[in-house]
Amino acid sequence: MRRANLIKSSAFRLTLLYMILFGTSVLGLLAFIYLSTIAVIDRQTEDTIDAEVRGLAEQYREQGLARLIEVIRLRSSIEGQDYYLLTDPNLRPLAGNLSAWPKEAEGAKDWVDLTVTRNSKGQEVSHDVRAQLFTLSGGYRLLVGRDTHERTNIRSIVVKALGWSVAAAVGLGLVGGIVISRRMLRRVEHVARTSQGIMAGDLSRRMAVTGSGDEFDRLATSLNAMLDQIERLMTGMRLATDSLAHDLRSPLTRLRGRIELALRQPPQAARDREALADVLRQAELALSTFDSLLKIAMAEAGVGAADLRVIDLAAVARDAAELYEPVAEEAGIRLRIETQGGAMVRAQPELLAQSITNLIDNAVKNTPSGGEITVAVGLSRSSVTLRIGDTGPGIPAVDRQRVLDRFVRLEESRSTPGAGLGLSLVAAVAKMHGAQLHLGDAGPGLVITLIFPIAASAHDSAEWRAVTEA
Amino acid sequence: MRILMIEDDAETADYLRKGLGESGHVADHAATGPDGLSMALAGTYDALIVDRMLPGLDGLTLIKSLREQKVPTPVLILSALGQVNDRVRGLKAGGDDYLIKPFAFSELLARLEALARRGGAEDAVATRLMIADLEMDLLARTVRRGGRKIDLQPREFRLLEYLMRHAGHVVTRTMLLEGVWDYHFDPQTNVIDVHISRLRGKIDKGHAAPLLHTVRGAGYSLRAPS
Repeated sequence: MRRANLIKSSAFRLTLLYMILFGTSVLGLLAFIYLSTIAVIDRQTEDTIDAEVRGLAEQYREQGLARLIEVIRLRSSIEGQDYYLLTDPNLRPLAGNLSAWPKEAEGAKDWVDLTVTRNSKGQEVSHDVRAQLFTLSGGYRLLVGRDTHERTNIRSIVVKALGWSVAAAVGLGLVGGIVISRRMLRRVEHVARTSQGIMAGDLSRRMAVTGSGDEFDRLATSLNAMLDQIERLMTGMRLATDSLAHDLRSPLTRLRGRIELALRQPPQAARDREALADVLRQAELALSTFDSLLKIAMAEAGVGAADLRVIDLAAVARDAAELYEPVAEEAGIRLRIETQGGAMVRAQPELLAQSITNLIDNAVKNTPSGGEITVAVGLSRSSVTLRIGDTGPGIPAVDRQRVLDRFVRLEESRSTPGAGLGLSLVAAVAKMHGAQLHLGDAGPGLVITLIFPIAASAHDSAEWRAVTEA
Repeated sequence: MRILMIEDDAETADYLRKGLGESGHVADHAATGPDGLSMALAGTYDALIVDRMLPGLDGLTLIKSLREQKVPTPVLILSALGQVNDRVRGLKAGGDDYLIKPFAFSELLARLEALARRGGAEDAVATRLMIADLEMDLLARTVRRGGRKIDLQPREFRLLEYLMRHAGHVVTRTMLLEGVWDYHFDPQTNVIDVHISRLRGKIDKGHAAPLLHTVRGAGYSLRAPS
């Protein structure tokens, strides 16, 4: 199983491929060297024979056949790499160190390759010889040759080298392939094991990062980032469903109680209608609570974070303030709007608008008649700040974190309607938008600050999109 | 009005049929996508109510094929999916309005009547709207009642324009939030009531016959005195 894995691994296949490529190139290189060397040796041999022949031809031309025989005899007596044979027209040897006209040279003309057997120190040794053939006037025949054992030696060296290098390539390739693919397999197997563990339910497991910064590390890092995101979403969703189940229980219980109470009493048209109206109101309340919870859960889990748009926060704030302006006026509150242009943020318009109306709604509910609410949007180089201040009682410092939790309503606001989800939504939306949410003291009153990272203007963002999508 | 409900939940369909019947409308019912599509193609209806999740053929595909066959009947989509994206997708598919389940019947009825009216007599790019002695010039952006000019803020103008375009019908708070403010959520405080009472102060004050009426438990209606 493991071995099969090894052979199937792409690292091993890659090594094998490299091995074949490497072997082929070694083969080609050796062939080239061999052929070039052989060519040089052949030329040298032929040059030597040419020189011999020129010498002999000179002697023959100047002093005739007798002198040629004499010279050949003289040269043949020297033990060396040269071979001579001069025969009469009937191929009977006249002089030279070959005993007979070789069979290979019988029909041949000009150049010929022969194998000559020579008696050397009592042993029959065969030699490879390259020879040139001539026919002299009168039908005399002359053979001048030279031993080519160097060429044979080279060939055997090359063949041996070939064998060794192929063996080395195969050996190194195999060992290297096994080592490399084992290393890779180990890491791949780690990834596989980890993901199996995660699939089995342990979402907290992560791929090991060795710190070498190689491809595996990069893969592990991005897998881990993906897992982090999945875990965040999962946790968010689990929290959401848990709290939904928990939070809906109480309004539904109230609803059920109201119905039971009505049913226990004897029928009476007017009272029954009143009970029905009450039940409808309770049901609507439960539904709107459900909607708010769902929105909070989704914002917290970052659902919809993918379709953020670049919008003008000032415009959103102005619209929301304008919506509340008559309500504020009726309550005797002055609503001031101070905005600056170019307050571009990346946001989900509807959630942003709802958050701002929630904040203004709270401010209107908590500000006494004669008070003032300020909705201000300002911007710096890197951020856009939304500030909503009122002149109400404010929130004591100890409670400022707590009011962001779901269903938390401070004692002072029990008399006003609301489920205690408004600020929770604002907090969730702020988190989703990467904005900081601060609750502060306006002395007197509460000031809520939301600091968003500034987004490039619409024009810039189009350019940026073009760059990033290219 | 003749209305076709394409809705697989029998109880919802029954409740809708009763409600629509009591309001003087006739409602046919199809329980699956393919049935709904063939009924919508065959019959003449003033409006369709289409659930998004249907057996056989989903609501959006159904609406798309209706629109491909040039059936202009206005469609109100009913859906349990309330995300912004879901609504956008529904309207893109050819729906005319989108209502999230669960809904108040009065809301459904008001939207349906508004849709059917829009489908029936599409007022060819009107430049002037008139209800009794109240007139609105959409080009000059002026409003007069009984010949006397009324000063309105831009948002009040849009609010009145929306009401005048839906004159004679009930307009719910949610419809106003969507149509005038483009808000698809309910602010906690009932801000619309205050906007309406301000508007009422401007157009009805000093006139014997009020035009802007509150419909209890439903919304508002702008109509000429009978």
